[in-house]
Amino acid sequence: MSNEGVDGNRRRFLTAATSVFGAAGAAAVAWPFLASLKPSARARALGAPVIADISTLEPGMRATYLWRGQPIWIVRRTPEMLASLEKVAGQLVDPDSTTPQQPAYITDKSRALKPEFMVMKGVCTHLGCSPILRADHPAPEIDTNWQGGFFCPCHGSKFDLAGRVYKGVPAPTNIVVPPHRYDGDTVVVIGEDPKTA
Amino acid sequence: MAITPNPYKTTGALGWIDDRFPLTKMWKEHLSEYYAPKNFNFWYFFGSLALLVLVNQLLTGIFLTMHYKPGAETAFDSVEYIMRDVPWGNVIRYMHSTGASAFFVVVFLHMFRGLMYGSYQKPRELIWVFGALIFLVLMAEAFCGYVLPWGNMSYWGAAVIINLFGTIPFIGPDLVVWIQGDFVPSDATLNRLFSIHVIALPFVLVGLVVAHILALHEVGSNNPDGVEIKKNKDPATGIPKDGIPFHPYYTVKDMVGVAGFLILFCAVIFFMPDGGGYFLEAPNFTPASQTNTPEHITPAWYFGTYYAMLRATPSFAGTQIWGVIVMGAAVVILFFVPWLDKSKVKSIRYKGMLSKVALAVFAVNFVILNYYGLQPPSATVQLISQVGTIIYFAFFLLMPWYSANEKTKPVPDRVTE
Repeated sequence: MSNEGVDGNRRRFLTAATSVFGAAGAAAVAWPFLASLKPSARARALGAPVIADISTLEPGMRATYLWRGQPIWIVRRTPEMLASLEKVAGQLVDPDSTTPQQPAYITDKSRALKPEFMVMKGVCTHLGCSPILRADHPAPEIDTNWQGGFFCPCHGSKFDLAGRVYKGVPAPTNIVVPPHRYDGDTVVVIGEDPKTA
Repeated sequence: MAITPNPYKTTGALGWIDDRFPLTKMWKEHLSEYYAPKNFNFWYFFGSLALLVLVNQLLTGIFLTMHYKPGAETAFDSVEYIMRDVPWGNVIRYMHSTGASAFFVVVFLHMFRGLMYGSYQKPRELIWVFGALIFLVLMAEAFCGYVLPWGNMSYWGAAVIINLFGTIPFIGPDLVVWIQGDFVPSDATLNRLFSIHVIALPFVLVGLVVAHILALHEVGSNNPDGVEIKKNKDPATGIPKDGIPFHPYYTVKDMVGVAGFLILFCAVIFFMPDGGGYFLEAPNFTPASQTNTPEHITPAWYFGTYYAMLRATPSFAGTQIWGVIVMGAAVVILFFVPWLDKSKVKSIRYKGMLSKVALAVFAVNFVILNYYGLQPPSATVQLISQVGTIIYFAFFLLMPWYSANEKTKPVPDRVTE
């Protein structure tokens, strides 16, 4: 076959145009495959709010609820537990909770709508393990100034009883407070913001 | 250069095949006329043993897949079904779970052999790079497999490892949801890890193993002396004077290695199939629970070294990505070893004192890190892990310095007995 009389520019243009079209086609074919890995319609529908009745929760105790597949804790803090928050403030990364790890309507230093009831995700902000409630103190194996809090068994992250993270541990931020509101005095709706009056 | 069909002029049924497919040619090139150095010691068992374990994993995996049912509701029960009701199912599963640990044992020793005898040096850089890729894929494959029984350790192990991607700034949280196919590790996550474990990664793994061996056979094997046997060929035959055909010499020798390996392997399968809690961990005998992390969560033992590095790195500037970067870098740095070693000689036998000490410290440190990666977190564990992480990286990063600035011994022309 002879290459005489071949228009090189025309051939290059056709090759480039075919390549671009082919690449666009490949990208278009890849899209449904990559998109198929996103949460399905069923998974997205399972994110409904959870109703938690806290009337039977004793002081110092914790109840666990499941919202969007993640544990949500409600801890009924005793006055002593609330007092412990000040004692450890100096050891914390973000004692004033300036990082938005809680909804904007939670402004109290104790990180709760009602200081007595701490509503928080039971999920460590490091790599998503569920920390252990270690209300007992002193506990020198955790910290010399342990006043009670949460200890993550995976990588040793430490949080106080408001879910605020200690300095020098793998977790970078305070534990997330999920959106929630009170429906009456003893029912918490997890996953819904308070209704603005 | 054209390919000549049937260069060995075989006849009969074999000749019919050889006219159409390079059967005799491949047999000769890779086995009966592949000349390997005659001075291989026991460190050279681990390559063929890795191949043996790979075959074990593929075969037992095929049979396990016939009984296993992926899915958050069915996985745990189907594994128990295999263990209790499927005839010999427990043995097949123990072969697979013990095989996973054995894979890492032989691969670690195989890699140590490479470091010891400089088997990554020119012209064997690509063999090492393919090997490092195999190691990487093997870790991904082991992780996916570990999740499949959907026990509580499976679940939280999956949560931790997938959340590693969540530490990437900006896109992290969305990326985690995309990887999981849900907002938490769930049925969707388990099914895609199953697909990756039984289809995608085995294909990649087998392909890489083929590339690893083809690259090896292209340049020829290194040996404990680091002497290039191809430099000294018999002028009449063109065969290296220090080479012996792989088959039958090394096939028979490797069979001794296989026998020794199988004695240990079967002892574990029959007498301590959970490997003392290291091959199969106690919390994984309870079903996955979304609300309870096991009291003491650890990865499988073979990830201990890298896990220790992850834990040793504190968060900084509001993100925990640094631990992930350190852990990733610890694997990635392996790829650069062929270019970090500036030594004139290959084998540790002829390297200087600095290289010998460095390799010994690295090996001991690797084991120590592995041990502390599996211990409950504490300040002491943290400190030891940090020191160990520094030593790990120092071995590689200082290699261009210490390998170039030491007195090496003269390398003999021929391999020693």
